[in-house]
Amino acid sequence: MNLSRTARASLWTALVLGLGVIYVPLGVVVLNSFNSDRTFGWPPPGFTLQWWGAAWRSTGVRDALWTSVQAGLGATVIALLLGTMAAFAVQRYRFFGRDTVSLLIVLPIALPGIVTGIALSNTFHSVLGVPLGLFTVIVGHATFCVVTVYNNVLARLRRMGLNLEEASADLGADTFTTFRLVTFPMMRSALLAGGLLAFALSFDEIIVTTFTAGAGVRTLPIWIFENLFRPNQAPVVNVVAAALIVVSVVPIYLAQRLSGGDPQTR
Amino acid sequence: MFPFMPQQAVTPVTIPASEHAVRLRGLRKSFGSVVAVAGVDLDVADGEFFAMLGPSGSGKTTVLRMIAGFESPTGGTVELGGRDVTRLAPFERDVNTVFQDYALFPHMSVLENVEYGLRVKRVPKTERRTRALEALKSVRLDGFEKRRPAQLSGGQRQRVALARALVNRPRVLLLDEPLGALDLKLREEMQVELKAIQREVGITFLFVTHDQEEALTMSDRVAVFNEGGIEQVGTPAEIYERPATAFVAGFVGTSNLITGAAARSVLGRDGTFSVRPEKLRVVPADPGAPDPVSSDEHSAEGTVSEVVYAGPATRFVVDLDVGGRLIALQQNLEVSSMDVMGLRGRRVRLVWQRRHEFAIGSS
Repeated sequence: MNLSRTARASLWTALVLGLGVIYVPLGVVVLNSFNSDRTFGWPPPGFTLQWWGAAWRSTGVRDALWTSVQAGLGATVIALLLGTMAAFAVQRYRFFGRDTVSLLIVLPIALPGIVTGIALSNTFHSVLGVPLGLFTVIVGHATFCVVTVYNNVLARLRRMGLNLEEASADLGADTFTTFRLVTFPMMRSALLAGGLLAFALSFDEIIVTTFTAGAGVRTLPIWIFENLFRPNQAPVVNVVAAALIVVSVVPIYLAQRLSGGDPQTR
Repeated sequence: MFPFMPQQAVTPVTIPASEHAVRLRGLRKSFGSVVAVAGVDLDVADGEFFAMLGPSGSGKTTVLRMIAGFESPTGGTVELGGRDVTRLAPFERDVNTVFQDYALFPHMSVLENVEYGLRVKRVPKTERRTRALEALKSVRLDGFEKRRPAQLSGGQRQRVALARALVNRPRVLLLDEPLGALDLKLREEMQVELKAIQREVGITFLFVTHDQEEALTMSDRVAVFNEGGIEQVGTPAEIYERPATAFVAGFVGTSNLITGAAARSVLGRDGTFSVRPEKLRVVPADPGAPDPVSSDEHSAEGTVSEVVYAGPATRFVVDLDVGGRLIALQQNLEVSSMDVMGLRGRRVRLVWQRRHEFAIGSS
């Protein structure tokens, strides 16, 4: 459809403004991580790599990073296992309450983090008597990470249909061989996409983490939050934030390419 | 003259049990309250090229899927080579399938696709490579080993699917609408090619189609399906020349039925009769002309209501004076479109030999 000049101009303006609101502040964070002024004077009087060095040497940052990676990997592994199994069950079998199960799996991503956090914290702490720590953080993250894997695998299964598996069985492959040679290779990119998204979700999660992490456990977002208002740590916080932006963008970009890609052409 | 014959009489009953590639007894399948297959008995001999013909929803594909093992029957048995396989999984049966959409593995090369069956049966690598290359050669696809299915045309994919199934040398090859996705020209080529390949390998081919012409030209025998049951089993000539039921007469070719009062007045008998359009001769209904009807012929007078010129032949739609309408197909041996078009509205007499009219049962 052809748009008038005015319409085109105003749509472009809206697009640029909308994206600008999102991405300009992120650019400021990245710039500030090189700002030589300790109190982020604007415009920056000069640029320095000093804060990046300081961040690199900070044991607090390094510990928090390691905790975050552990939490992310743990939650991703659980999400991959449960999400895949749930997707297969819902897509391939007819059973009572199938639609309800599907809804219940997807729901946690929409639930307010604070509700999930309080609920999990209460259950772990008061009901089950499990001490809060890295384990409870992993379980907490897994509740909403399962969705990303589930959705990716479900979409792939739907598109794949049953034909290829029937063809494999027809050619003499038993159920396990069919899974190994046909189903799994066809699912691989969907699993990778779902896993990357799950990891990214877990890596920057703060609300559920706050409620499920014990006293000694500090993920990177928690560390940032705690140090945000300490003047001497502020420049390092900027560096960590800038690094987090990069770390989050890469898996999301990869996941989008993988789940958008058609397995027929690869 | 030709009383209605029950379908059992058409099925050859002399084949010894050991030579049955496929034997179905009382095969039934319902999906919920929907009955897809309502009791099918069928014998397919070893080495036969056998077609299951019917409109969509007639149960033919469900029967094929039960033979392959993808659906388990609600009742009845499936025997392959004399062995009851009703309860066996697809991978435990000595059949292979060419799927309608080919179902090639997109993440494997053409060669890997063809090798697949041998690979999962643990045939040594060198042997399976040789056999796969041979199979590709037999479908004229040598040189395409390294391609991915996505890089092939529809006809090429079809042949890869064929090679992938045949390389396993199954007892029976099942083909589900194998030519349905190809364009007309390619389909005609593949019809000839499939027939040649089948003669060469000597494997029983059992194929499903809704195309009556395809069934008639390719197969040794045809089973006509309707509403979950078999209407008639026979050679293409039997099916075409002596349709057992009105459904078969209508589905395979043009039905041309003479029934009721028309039958009584023209043929002097009660019942429903069928005459194929090309068996009818169109002569002028000229009272002064010498009677062209001999004693072994029947005739009926009527008015030409429609003339369809179709190149090599012309189709006349004739409304009979005694009721009903017949279609006559005449080869354009000496006439041109100019001549035949002028016949619309003329009085004509249709003449046919008595041996070409057949009584059919009601279905």
